[in-house]
Order: sequence, then C-alpha cells, then structure tokens
Amino acid sequence: MTFKIDPTHIKPYGDTLNDGRMQLSFSMAVPADEQGKEAARLLLKKIGFDNIDLCYYKDIGEGFTHFVAYASTKVSIDLTSIHVKTIDTPVMSMEETDKYIAEHVGREIIVVGACIESDAHTVGIDAIMNMKGYNHRYGLERYKYFEAINMGAQVPVESLLAKVREVDADVVLVSQIVTQRNIHIKNLTKLIELAESEGLRDGRVFICGGPRISHELAIELGYDAGFGAGSYSTDVASFIAFQMAEKEK
Amino acid sequence: MIQLSIDARKCDEARSHAKNIVDSLKWLISDYTSATIERTVLRFLGIDGAVGETPIPNIIVDHLISKQAINRGAAYWVANAMARLDISAQEVGERLASDKIDLTSLQSAGDEKIRAILDKLTDKKLAKIRKQREFREHTLRKYGGRNRPALYLIVASGNIYDDVVQARAAVSEGADIIAVIRSTAQSLLDYVPYGATTVGFGGTFATQENFRIMREALDEAGAKVGKYIFLTNYASGLCMPEISAMGAIERLDIMLNDAMYGILFRDINMKRTLLDQYFSRMINAYAGIEIQTGEDNYLTTSDAIDKAYTVTASQLINEQFAILSGVEHDKMGLGHAFEINPNIEDSLSYELAHALLTKALFPNCPTKYMPPTKFATGNIFKTYLLNAMFNFISQITDQGVQLLGMMTEAIHTPYLADRALAIENAEYVFNAARNFGGEFELKKDGFINKRANQVLEEAINFLERVSHKGLFTAMQEGEFADIKRSENGGKGLGGVFKKSEDYYNPVMEKMKLELGI
Repeated sequence: MTFKIDPTHIKPYGDTLNDGRMQLSFSMAVPADEQGKEAARLLLKKIGFDNIDLCYYKDIGEGFTHFVAYASTKVSIDLTSIHVKTIDTPVMSMEETDKYIAEHVGREIIVVGACIESDAHTVGIDAIMNMKGYNHRYGLERYKYFEAINMGAQVPVESLLAKVREVDADVVLVSQIVTQRNIHIKNLTKLIELAESEGLRDGRVFICGGPRISHELAIELGYDAGFGAGSYSTDVASFIAFQMAEKEK
Repeated sequence: MIQLSIDARKCDEARSHAKNIVDSLKWLISDYTSATIERTVLRFLGIDGAVGETPIPNIIVDHLISKQAINRGAAYWVANAMARLDISAQEVGERLASDKIDLTSLQSAGDEKIRAILDKLTDKKLAKIRKQREFREHTLRKYGGRNRPALYLIVASGNIYDDVVQARAAVSEGADIIAVIRSTAQSLLDYVPYGATTVGFGGTFATQENFRIMREALDEAGAKVGKYIFLTNYASGLCMPEISAMGAIERLDIMLNDAMYGILFRDINMKRTLLDQYFSRMINAYAGIEIQTGEDNYLTTSDAIDKAYTVTASQLINEQFAILSGVEHDKMGLGHAFEINPNIEDSLSYELAHALLTKALFPNCPTKYMPPTKFATGNIFKTYLLNAMFNFISQITDQGVQLLGMMTEAIHTPYLADRALAIENAEYVFNAARNFGGEFELKKDGFINKRANQVLEEAINFLERVSHKGLFTAMQEGEFADIKRSENGGKGLGGVFKKSEDYYNPVMEKMKLELGI
C-alpha cells in the first residue's frame, strides 16, 4: 500500500492516514462513575476531540479519578512553515576541541559555571564541568584549553557575576534542574538581566542547560545556547570552541 | 529468598575495616560540638519560635558564639539565666532577642541548681519522645506491622496542604510510607525555618509545623485503611540533629540521615557533618526513628557496575557510624539502587547480584531500594517497564523499603495518577512473585554468585585502603564518588567548636545512658 503524505496538512497517525488518533491520560476531581466518565468525555469534546473512546477509568482516592482515552483531533499542522532554532555546530571529541581552540583561539578559555539561586542539584553542571564528566565523556576541567571554574550549588546570581568579573570569564554556564512553578525561567531571566545591567553580557558567551531547557527557550531568554536532556560535555565544549573562534575572527 | 554463597569471613573482614575507619574518628565526637548540636539542646529545653526569620535557638547560640562561651555548651548558660532571672527557657531566648541581655555576664547560680533545672526540662522532653515512640509501636502492633517491601511514595508539591491531599490519596491507594520531599535549598541553611510552607520549589521545608500537619493527616488516613503510615523527612544538611529532634517530637518515623552525604554532595565540612550526624542519629535511635542512607547518590553520576563496590563500602561505613550512635539494625535503612544501564546485556543479573549482596550483608536491616532514575528518559512507557523489573528484583530479594519509581521520572514531580500507577505496578509484581524467590537456588559458580563476590572483594580492598589512609585523607584524595573535599573546606566549619573541660550536654548524656552507648 502506498499513500502520499501532505507535509502542509499533518495529523497524528494511529493506523490510518490522518486519522488524528491520540493517546490521552489525566486525572480529575470527579467521581469514578458514569457521571465522572461523562465529565471526562465532555472535557475532551470541549478541547475539540472527536471519536472519543474513554477506555479506562479508576478511582485513585481522595475523590479523584484517573482516565485513559483515545480520541481524534481535527487539527493539522503545516510542517513546511516550521523553523526551529537548533545548535548546528558539529560535535568534536575532547582532543579535537582542544586542537581547534589552539588553532583558532590560541589561548585558554575561561568558563565559570554554577547551579544558580535556590537550585541545589549539581548533577547537571558537574556532568559537564567536572574532571570525570559523565558517561565516558570527560568534563571541561579535563580539557587543556579550558579553565573551568565550577561554583557548585545554590550560587546567587550576584556571586556568579562577581566571579565572572573577577576572572574576566569568556563563558558563563548555568544549570537549572528544578522547574516547579517555572522557577528556572525566573532564575535564568534574573541572571541575564543583571548581567546586562552590569555590562557583563556583551562579549561573553552565556549558556544554560537542564532537562527542561531547549535551545529555542535559551535564545528566547537571551542566552547564546541552551542544552537539554541528553547533552554531553562534548556538545557544550564544541559549541564554545566554535563560538569563541567566531569572536576571535 | 534466593541465597548467595558468600564467605562469612569476607563479610567480617569488610566490617572490621569499616569499624577501623569509624573508630579512628572518635576523638572528633568526644572533643567537639557544633552550632546545630547546641541549638538542638535548646530545643530540648523547650525553646522554639522565631524573631523575624531568625529562630530563637539561633539567636541564643549566635550570642554565645560571639561571647566565646559556646565551648561550655548552650545548656549551662540558659539554665543559669533561668535561675538568676527566674524566667523560663523560652523567656531567656525572648529576653535575649528584645533586651540584648548578656547571658555570660550573669553570676553563676551554682552547678547543682543548674543541673536540677536541666534535668527537669530534658526529662520532660525525653518522656514526650518516649511516649511518641510507644504510640508508634503500639499502633503498629495493633495493625499487624509493616508490609515488606513497604511501598514508599513521595509528595513534592511545594505546598504542605497540597502534599496532604496527595499523601492521603496515596495512602488510600496502598502506600505504606510517605516521604515529604524537602526544598532543595534547605540543606545549606544553618537554621531550621519556622512555620508551614505553602510556596516551595522542589519541596517544602522541614519545619516542625509541616511535620505536625502531615503527621495528623497520615494518622487520620492510616486509621481509615487500618494501617500505621510511616512519615519520612530529611535530617540532612547543616541542621541534622535539630531536624531529628523536631521529628522525634512530632513522631516522624523515618529520616534520610546519611553519615557522609552532606560532605560529598553538598560540600559541607566533614568535621561538621560527622559531628552532626552522630547526635542526629542518636536522637533518631532514642525516638525509634528508622534512618535511611543515600548510597544511590554514588550511582547517579558514576557507572553502576564499575562503582558498585562504593555502594557496599558506604553501607558498611554508614552501619558503623549508626552503631556508634546506638541505632539498632532493624532501624538501619541502608540504601542501594537499581541504576544499571538497561541496554547492557544481563543487566538484570547484575542488579540481582547487587541486591542480593546488600541483603546478605544486612539481613536484619530494612534496606532501602531506590528506583531507576538515570535511564528514565521521559519515555514513560519504557520507564514503567523498568520499574516493573525493579519491583521484581526487590520482591525476590526481600528488600525492606521500596521507593517506588515514577514513570514520569525526569519529567516532573509526581502527579496523582503517576503515583496510583506506580502502586498498581508494585502491587501486581509483588503479588505475582510473592514466593517466587524461594523456588530457586543459584549456581554456586554462576554469574550472579561470582559477581556478588567480586563486588564484595572490591569493597574490601577499598575499605582497607581508606582505613589505612584515614577517612579524612581518603575524602581529600577523592576516593568517594571522585569528589575531593578538604578537612578545613566546605560549609559550616565556622560552627564547629572544641568542648571545654566543663562542657555539658544534658540531652546527649541522658540518651547515651539509656541507649547503653
């Protein structure tokens, strides 16, 4: 069987072209009975779903019910109109990055990193910066051409920027793991605004990272790059190398 | 249960190295005290409350530090002021905050009078804690003990009142233990915040009020389902003993309470942490609070196969520190984790070997088994499957506490339905494999036995090396988790004080006597 997919009208695909089928799972403060089920069905209807198949529901205590449903959406998307910002510099190994910096920058690059404000989870910044790195990729400390300063957890943005000024850092690297109530957005915005008002933004590379951070979001917040889940030290190091080389031109 | 073939002499050898490591630090525990230890003593005297953001125990201890009088212990100065000014302990704190009186310039009321005051106050608080302990034991007996593995679920909304709703729902679904996740920012606060938390990020603060609110809710929810529900929080960071004291008073049942976690993963000074954990664990022992240790952290950034021995070594060191504080084995929730890369062939055999080794070394401990997190990618379906494997290994190796994995790990703090599905997963697997483990004997020279023995051997070599160097030097050289910490670095060193000849800590003395340590 062959069929032609129209990239200007893409819909979810279950088992038939453009059937629009989607899996849905949610819980609500409704009783686990016919009335609650109808409430869930109407909710999906209101969102705009058709062919709603409420296949499972269960009382999960305290007056809440969990639902699993399949439903069809009428909405389609035009793939050809979507342009996403991505990091498109190639990823090099540690040795290649060091060699590249030696040739194109010709000096050590100073990187100051921290897990800022209330966030105490250093696992991300440590994986990128510390000597041992993560999953067989060494951290920036191990590179010949990086002077990596990891300030650790719960660093107030004021302290981070004081350090940036003190060592005249080329690169600022921040990690945000906790995202409850969008605290990461608030913290990242606070840093960039303060850096701008203190005249520390221009001429420096600002990078953020964390499991819920995308490059797109980072650009929107005023950073040069954002690294999300699955990023390694090699991704960050290569990006910095190319960015610095560009600046030295 | 499936049995490993492990040479008992090897286990003894590993233990004796761990004991040497811990024994060589007795000088620290006998000669030093810390700011939070002294604040804890004040809490036992009944001092509570805050002026603005500053808790009154902090106001008093900071005052004594500034007068260079803390070396005698805070208890003496407060009791003396009570005698001289004829006011209560709480009033001493309040007067200090409002009138700026100088506790150290008052004339001495005499040792006998001071001791009598301290005896009366501490006896009263200790009696309250014993009562809480008896209530727990009585209720537990009434309902017929705790499930094994016990279902451990977290609530982490950041608002204690939302946490209550979620905890109640979890209990009605089958949870045995509720852990209230603590705000990440608390570990480095050198004071315990006061009052209820309604806006927290990544959890709520460990405060006495939050403890009270959740305790009440769980007692109520437990009575409905005919179970005693265990409440967990974190006695870690810069206020370990204070949090334990508050937990003892409000009847918490489990405390995350690792001997070395703060040093390695929060960069808290090693002398400070080792002092604090000693008293913190003693309070837990006295209150019948089960402690849990954080060995899973060794595997979150290191390879779970290569570094498996660090888990074993840390368990053995944690055990010895716990023994020193009077914690019994049935209250030692030593930790380990299911964190091996699922793409590795025979990963399940490795996990089984590691889980059996923990069980073989600590047969009488309610070992705490942590779920997969490192390879939880956001693919909720795959993570749900990993959690089923994790539950299976736990059931057939008879672990004590099962920290339920969430399929939404690495996405968000658990939603209501995530928790309900996690419980459904565990209940199915536990029931399906209830007596499964008892049906099998392992090949004596098979992969699993060989692997467990290899990890034990590696742990012995590691512990021998650390014992040789001493724990401080080993930490300086990055022997633990590849993290280097110096003896005089890290946070909280300013809160470590040498005891003077006339130092007196009425709480510790009474507890040591009763615990027989």
